[in-house]
Amino acid sequence: MSEPLVVLERVNKHFGDLHVLKDIDLTVGRGEVVILIGPSGSGKSTLCRTINRLETVESGSITIDGKTLPEEGKELAALRADVGMVFQSFNLFAHKTILENVTLGPVKVRGMKKADAEKRALELLERVGVAHQAEKYPAQLSGGQQQRVAIARSLAMDPKVMLFDEPTSALDPEMITEVLDVMVELAKSGMTMIVVTHEMGFARKAANRVVFLSDGQVVEEGTPEQFFTNPQSERAKDFLGKILTH
Amino acid sequence: MGEIFENYDVLAAFGMTLYLTVFAAIGSLLLGTVLAVMRVSPVGVLRRLGSFYINTVRNTPLTLILLFCILGAFYILKLEFTPASSPTWVRDNGIRWAIVGLAVYHAAFVCEALRSGVNTVPAGQAEAARSIGLTFAQSMREVILPQAFRGAIAPLGSVLIALTKNTTVASIIGVAEASGLMKVIIENQTASVTVFLVFALGFVILTLPVGILFTALSRRLAVKR
Repeated sequence: MSEPLVVLERVNKHFGDLHVLKDIDLTVGRGEVVILIGPSGSGKSTLCRTINRLETVESGSITIDGKTLPEEGKELAALRADVGMVFQSFNLFAHKTILENVTLGPVKVRGMKKADAEKRALELLERVGVAHQAEKYPAQLSGGQQQRVAIARSLAMDPKVMLFDEPTSALDPEMITEVLDVMVELAKSGMTMIVVTHEMGFARKAANRVVFLSDGQVVEEGTPEQFFTNPQSERAKDFLGKILTH
Repeated sequence: MGEIFENYDVLAAFGMTLYLTVFAAIGSLLLGTVLAVMRVSPVGVLRRLGSFYINTVRNTPLTLILLFCILGAFYILKLEFTPASSPTWVRDNGIRWAIVGLAVYHAAFVCEALRSGVNTVPAGQAEAARSIGLTFAQSMREVILPQAFRGAIAPLGSVLIALTKNTTVASIIGVAEASGLMKVIIENQTASVTVFLVFALGFVILTLPVGILFTALSRRLAVKR
């Protein structure tokens, strides 16, 4: 494996009595694309959100590019700027235009000049295919378009790693492909990605590794081909049986 | 009737009402915004300070707050806005302390209106703001508050209307606003229904457009999701 970029060691988290993450160890190398998959309530989304500390953890350590996640404050903000995040519900800033959504981070966090930020934003919007919508507001765009803008917004920060928390789960079926295409292209460009998804097509096309979680534990991991065609654990066989038979 | 308008400057009295309203509104908006940010901040001490302020001020009658300002702060503690050498010393300090008292009192309501506005902003907006690396202050300024203000326009309008009418309390500390003049007229001239209606109409003229304006604004500026 390439040089490790994101390293989680013995990470534990509870929601009340529920032990959602149990001693999770996970290492993601630079340029690697890792899929987190598992039944609902398995902790995969929570795990994804702990990596930029949208969820705090109780024990264990998380390091990104050698730096341990700091406590809430300026340092954490600086670290988050290097970690892109794409949400299930897009979360574009509703009162700002598409262009402003993409330039906000570069201008306010990176101190980029507005004109430069806009030029770069338009390039990124072009790359995800929504440049012609730059002056519109998020509510005027379809879900697929909004999610592609959200990807562009993250890319504008030149992140070291990108987290995707079920990026296609809130989309109408015909819009899933347009978002996945952008993600495949991103994976091919060498971006380090951690993706929570059930999209097997994407996993096979773009992922280096699939990590299967169940009840807050990493049960199995392997290449997409290994995992989908020949799962080892009973839990994974059962899960794949359920999502493949319908 | 005409005699009243001849002998008393009704318009000037309403001018004072307007003056108190405008400056107290600006003060309460600023203070209320600071309080609202404190109440949603991740720092526990600030949150507790904010709730302490709200619980204390909101539950104290405005009359007491204004009396405290004039008797406590001004006469006893000698906190003056204009020096005693000024010929309008009592009048000016009365007006300014009235503005302070009104602003302090209504800031509590502005804060709560804004906080309800903050609650209309989905949690995902704040998460997205944090995840692109904005600090708490930046995400407040750039993402949360602009949307919160738009979500809070209607309740903020109600606070402004209440503030306009509450300026009448300033008459108890000797500020010559509209209701103060009404009392004078009733005492010196007549306690006719007409006098009362004139002043009631004056307040309607001040507050009705505010209500209409804020309702229109709240529709127009609503954040589409």
